[in-house]
Amino acid sequence: MSAHPASTSSSASRALGVLSLGGLALLLGYALVWSPADVVQGDAVRIMYVHVPTAIVAFAACGITSLASAMWLRKRSEGWWVLGGAAAEVGLVFTGLCLVTGSIWGRPTWGTYWDWDPRITSTTLLFVLLVGYLALRQVDNERGDAAQRGMRGAVVGLLLVPNVAIVHYSVDWWRSLHQPATITRLDPTIEGTMLFTLVLGIAVFSVVYVWLLLHRFRVGWLEERAGDRGIDQALIDRRAEAGVGSGGSQ
Amino acid sequence: MFHDAALVAGKDLRVELRSKVTLQQVAPFAVLMLILFGVALDPDRGVLRRASSGLFWVAVLFCALLAIQRAFTIESADGGRDALRLSGLDPAGIFLGKAAAIAVQLIGLEIVLAAGVIVMYGTEVTGWPLLAATCAAATVGLAAAGTLYGVLAAGLRVRETLLPILLLPVLSPVLIGATKAFEAALGGAPADGWPWCGLLVIFALLYVAAGTLAFGPLLEES
Repeated sequence: MSAHPASTSSSASRALGVLSLGGLALLLGYALVWSPADVVQGDAVRIMYVHVPTAIVAFAACGITSLASAMWLRKRSEGWWVLGGAAAEVGLVFTGLCLVTGSIWGRPTWGTYWDWDPRITSTTLLFVLLVGYLALRQVDNERGDAAQRGMRGAVVGLLLVPNVAIVHYSVDWWRSLHQPATITRLDPTIEGTMLFTLVLGIAVFSVVYVWLLLHRFRVGWLEERAGDRGIDQALIDRRAEAGVGSGGSQ
Repeated sequence: MFHDAALVAGKDLRVELRSKVTLQQVAPFAVLMLILFGVALDPDRGVLRRASSGLFWVAVLFCALLAIQRAFTIESADGGRDALRLSGLDPAGIFLGKAAAIAVQLIGLEIVLAAGVIVMYGTEVTGWPLLAATCAAATVGLAAAGTLYGVLAAGLRVRETLLPILLLPVLSPVLIGATKAFEAALGGAPADGWPWCGLLVIFALLYVAAGTLAFGPLLEES
């Protein structure tokens, strides 16, 4: 990356961008036009082609954050720190999208925007866990040191996957005792065009995620550099000030 | 390690015994919560009795937040954390000690809350062993996770507001498991509650292990 990049794009991210947009257009065609309506859910099933991929990507994002945190603990390099935050931040957007699309799907299918379904509950808790992790990354401690900040973020980031797993497991168990699944979610024997559209959706949203992640990572990296430059500039200013001060006293 | 843990736990408990913050502020707050739940939920329709397990554990969770904040506030004055770092005590021991001190206070608060629930909400206990085992497992989990996240937030300016958002979602499995086990112990069939108690034990083990490993580096850099 050059010292003064005009944008966060590179040939790789431009290619990913083109692939994302092309894929989304193709997905739109399949999801809205070429795939049939579901026998039970009707046209509402089309929301699933966005909902399921965002859910998968959201949970994968947690994995990337935990992995980046583990790597930070091993290598202590800034790149892993920035990657952990970027993965969680874009992951948070996908988690939000997953909840919103799920709600929109729930209204015509279940007759309600919200239900204490295990998946909704654990995805919402995932949302809050990610918000907490990102909030922790934002705050400076009293002495404002990068290593301290890194260690705290890495521990919470690393615990993200076990936390998500135990929350998911306990919520699942909690709800399954109350009520067996009252509605078959996705038809288990989904096949043909519908299955293809779903797989396409998962692939396309994964590419979109990587594309956004790449840009967010570069923005994060530049933020760190800007922070360093701010400190360097402050040092230069202070030295100049001191120089003027001593010059004036002579 | 265990000797160091006993030293730290003894110190924290002595501080609490002399300052009486838990006794004079947190315990009354716990009882106050029971009264507020009673006012908010109509006492005549049996809602309170049916919800008493959940209300009990929500109250414990909020009290735990206060106890955890308190456990690290006492170190923040007069460079207490620096003194701990320089003391040469085993960080794992410090973690276990602080967690044990929080656990002892929580057990005390749980006894107060349980008495309150039984007296004020008219809840019947059908399974004392399950009740005791659930309290023990949940308290260890709460104290261990709380101590780990507590030291994480300890050096931060916004710790009072950051700790709840970090800790409460993490503790949600404890709330679920403990509430379900309590429902079985309070008027239900106690046999249904033991698997939930198992979940609480797993959670406690996970966080005791994570805390023992991570506390040293976190204390160094807090």
